[in-house]
Amino acid sequence: MVTSWLKERPLLNDMLVSLLAVCAAFVVGAGLLVLAGADPLVAYQPLLLGAFSSRYGITETLVKATPLLLVGLGIAVAFRGGILNIGAEGQLILGTLATTWAVLAFKGLPGPLLLLLALAAGFLGGALWGAVPGVLKAKIGANEILITIMMNQIAALLLGFLIRGPMIDPEEVAYGTGYPQSAIIPEGSWLLRLPQTRLHAGLLLALLAAFLVYVFLWRTTLGYQIRVVGSNPQAARYGGIGVARNLIIATCISGGLAGLAGMIEVTGVHHRLLDGISAGYGFTAIVVALFGKLHPLGIIPASFLFGALMVGADMMQRTVGIPAGLVNSIQGLVVVFVVSTEIWQRRRA
Amino acid sequence: MVEQLLAQGFIIGVLATSIRLTAPMLFAALGEMFAERASVLNLGVEGIMLMGAYFAFWASFTSGSPWLGLVAGMAIGGLMGLGMAFISVNLRANQGISGIGIYLLGWGLSGLFFRLTFGAISGVAGFQPMHIPILSAIPVLGPVLFQHNVLVYIALLLVPLSYVVLFKTTFGLSLRAVGENPEAADTMGIPVYLIQYVSVILGGILAGLAGAFLTVGQMNMFVDNITAGRGFIAIALVYFGRWSPYGILAGSFLFSIVDALQMWLQVIGLGVPYEVLVMQPYILTVLVLAMAVGRSGGPAALSKPYVRGGT
Repeated sequence: MVTSWLKERPLLNDMLVSLLAVCAAFVVGAGLLVLAGADPLVAYQPLLLGAFSSRYGITETLVKATPLLLVGLGIAVAFRGGILNIGAEGQLILGTLATTWAVLAFKGLPGPLLLLLALAAGFLGGALWGAVPGVLKAKIGANEILITIMMNQIAALLLGFLIRGPMIDPEEVAYGTGYPQSAIIPEGSWLLRLPQTRLHAGLLLALLAAFLVYVFLWRTTLGYQIRVVGSNPQAARYGGIGVARNLIIATCISGGLAGLAGMIEVTGVHHRLLDGISAGYGFTAIVVALFGKLHPLGIIPASFLFGALMVGADMMQRTVGIPAGLVNSIQGLVVVFVVSTEIWQRRRA
Repeated sequence: MVEQLLAQGFIIGVLATSIRLTAPMLFAALGEMFAERASVLNLGVEGIMLMGAYFAFWASFTSGSPWLGLVAGMAIGGLMGLGMAFISVNLRANQGISGIGIYLLGWGLSGLFFRLTFGAISGVAGFQPMHIPILSAIPVLGPVLFQHNVLVYIALLLVPLSYVVLFKTTFGLSLRAVGENPEAADTMGIPVYLIQYVSVILGGILAGLAGAFLTVGQMNMFVDNITAGRGFIAIALVYFGRWSPYGILAGSFLFSIVDALQMWLQVIGLGVPYEVLVMQPYILTVLVLAMAVGRSGGPAALSKPYVRGGT
């Protein structure tokens, strides 16, 4: 009876399978910890409960869920369009670069205009970085997975170069400290924050984006075309849908959403450029998107779950000294298990 | 500056380094070639290399023998290859995404194990360069070609060996048949799944060896994410090399010369920012990927799971 009830709710059913995959990943992770000579119970307690143990843990979970949600939505748009965009990490970095550059260059503008500018710059920065693999795939069939991974490396190096060279904080140069970071962005472009926390208005923006992505993919012609191109390019071609054009649009939107995540990291959290500002969101968001079955309604809870896991990982590292790298391994296992169990979901359908 | 660039020492240095850097690319790319020839796109090479790198380091550190380290790296590589084969052959999972999963797993696990077992930077003796008698004394050619460790020569010998296996043996013929048309291969009595398993595991072993080369044959230490994208670049080289051993050799040379050049430019210090130099191999790889398509494609059944008895 439960199974037939679930059959009528495919998204819920698929997410339960995903949840089983996460549980399996934690069990395998425990085995690996034992192999490495660590106690899984000691590691898992802060990892799983850390995020919910305090006000700080809860607000930080939301702070981390925000970029995960935006990037995860972008990855879903690309995957739905048949493009495996692994380049969100680089697209997010370009979003942070474009945002910081724009608001520093036009710092005289009044607050609301400055924020609008930041929004546009962040989206465009990510969209342009995402368009490169999109155009190369659409026009000549180049492998987008490898190209996006290379562009992640290039973006990280570009960020490193800029905050040590052209974009370094003039004060760092004046005092001779030379710490690699940009100048602080003007206060008018800072996102509103809940007092005494880092929780900022970017979360609302991300939730709005989730709604818009849903409307776009399922309620507009362009969204429909992108989904057809992704699920059946042959049919799209016969149906007169421009495959190349839709691929490029999908990668621009995907990169743009990652760029927006970069924008809110700058205007909401750090207020400047820093090394490692992407913090692995680009990769974790792949797990978020897959776990959420490439659907906004699934990606929202998934981003909270993996945000909590990121917070828990920090706490685990600080309190019991088990490296946060454990979470990468568990995420890898989740990806493998989620794609491996699809064979049963297909059979059911 | 021009004199510095043209100095004999600089040129010899760049060439010798590029020959050495070719070895891990060859191991990883030739391994991936076998997997892809059997139609399995293994994007987890980077993760397998990282695990091979860590386990080779750990085993040679604890045993004192770099050879045991090599065996450990190859063993973990084979094991992960077995996993990838099961996921892609039996479970028919999307090979692009599962490869990324294997990458995340290998990256996280190698870093985790390193922190838990070593905690800080430590070194191993590793493989020492051999000076081949007489030949290594030849000016210019000697230091460029004949003063490397044994693994470099093994990597270079693997190129003709792979060619023979792929084009002159029954196994190679079956492998190519599986990659082009698994249904036809099956009809002819070729054990499709077995061939796929063997080649993906072989690819895993070679990727593990490539990772092992980094820790016990090149840097003599382990750091987090030591591969820095080389596993993905190796896959790009397979495309560039048109799935053939000599094409892969050419691609590996091209890539390694650029990589060696940027390393040596850092050493002599031309005022070019470090990040801009390090970026070059990645930019080259994007260009290589963009140019490698258009010409004839790879194995026809690449990354399509084979279902016995049709879909």
